[in-house]
Amino acid sequence: MIQTLSYYLGFTFVQYALIAGLLISLCASLLGVTLVLKRYSMIGDALSHVAFGAMAIAAVCSFAPMAVTLPVTVIAAIVLLGVNSNSKIKGDAAIAMISVGALATGYLLMNVFSVSTNISGDVCTTLFGSTSILTLTKSDIILCTALAVVVILVFILFYNKIFAVTFDEGFAGATGTNTRLYNNIIAVVTAVVIVLAMNLVGALLVSALIIFPALTAMRVFKSFFSVIIGAAVISVGCSLIGLLVAIIYGTPVGSTIVVTDIAAFAVFSIIGKIKG
Amino acid sequence: MALIECNNLSLGYEGKPIVTGLGFEVNEGDYLCIIGENGSGKSTLMKALLGHKCVISGEITFDNSIDRKEIGYLPQQTVIQKDFPASVREIVLSGCLNGCGFKPFYSASQKKTATETMKKLGIDDLANRCYRELSGGQQQRVLLARALCATKKLLILDEPVAGLDPIVTQNLYSLIKEINQNGITVIMVSHDMNAALEHASHILHIGHTPLFFGKKEDYLKSDICKIFSVQGGDAL
Repeated sequence: MIQTLSYYLGFTFVQYALIAGLLISLCASLLGVTLVLKRYSMIGDALSHVAFGAMAIAAVCSFAPMAVTLPVTVIAAIVLLGVNSNSKIKGDAAIAMISVGALATGYLLMNVFSVSTNISGDVCTTLFGSTSILTLTKSDIILCTALAVVVILVFILFYNKIFAVTFDEGFAGATGTNTRLYNNIIAVVTAVVIVLAMNLVGALLVSALIIFPALTAMRVFKSFFSVIIGAAVISVGCSLIGLLVAIIYGTPVGSTIVVTDIAAFAVFSIIGKIKG
Repeated sequence: MALIECNNLSLGYEGKPIVTGLGFEVNEGDYLCIIGENGSGKSTLMKALLGHKCVISGEITFDNSIDRKEIGYLPQQTVIQKDFPASVREIVLSGCLNGCGFKPFYSASQKKTATETMKKLGIDDLANRCYRELSGGQQQRVLLARALCATKKLLILDEPVAGLDPIVTQNLYSLIKEINQNGITVIMVSHDMNAALEHASHILHIGHTPLFFGKKEDYLKSDICKIFSVQGGDAL
């Protein structure tokens, strides 16, 4: 087992893949805390489906996937978060509509205008992530790493503002914080994280990467700062374990990571119960 | 000049007026209570004071000595806050955010302000406690401390005692009175007519149009007060 591991870890591209994977998990968990607390978990889910639809379009037109998915998802994020703050439109119905609509359109496009011989393989990869992280290309990994670093920097610089807007938008707005600006920053960063995380765990499992670490940390930690740090550590830890298991046993990367996240959630729930 | 002055102000949404003909002024050190039935336009007026776009005609004039960003606001609790994992210190400190501008982090003096405010309101021993585990009265004190961190002049309170038991309510009212006596102007929106009459210096009674504005002593003599008192003050 250790031999297999050191054999794979000897390759530089495996090392890069690990670094990219861990950075993506870190981003997802940081943002996840805000999204869960703002009751935006479903928006994350819907956005990942939109990203899937955009990826299908990219595949059909043979554009670079990122060039299409990133802008489309960013626009969808701004629209969805905007709709949600307008109480006149029922937010959850709009989200469900966009979510399944994008999924269906994406699958349809991939089927009708198929460019590859293995459609179901392609669809499965996009939805559930690559069967192995080793199939990620080097340019993918460089782009992921760069974007992940940007996301982390944005989060650190706007940490206090993000806290204020998450905890009480009304107060933040009344005392002169530009809530619209920060909500849009959150929306854009969410979209970026989702597109990034899609490479790692696939479109359907992205929300797990966002939601689980935040919820797990909230079982035990009681201040915003400790929840953020806790979620980050849990997320990186689970992803590392998931990635290593996937490399050693050849299991699908995405679902292995998510199952590890579920296990961590269960453990922390029990700890939270015991601590009271 | 008055701190806030409104003349013939109409408020509403999408061109539909909710309350018209508002005229009142707030001077430094006043304790103004805005009372009226549900749907009379109290909250709309408050939103307008906080800078939301609901002014149809007329104008709210703020004195130059007050920055629109420096209004302390105690909103009603939202659903999100009920299970929010945040420590008391984090929440109180977030009141200082309007002093940050583009700076990403709080300064040492802002942290000191937060600590002092917590001491003043008697919640310094709760500083590291989790907000969601506090009682309703303690939570209101935390939000009040946050509001005080945001202002040195004007405090706007939206139904501050909603859902609190009578003893905690009394404590909170005396705390607000004390803050007012220390020189901070208070504007409070309330259903609680008895408390308004007990603590406020001025009353603005609205019901789509202003029914009364003036000093409390004059309000007590007015017809409108008598009519509403007969119907039961609390039922307002």
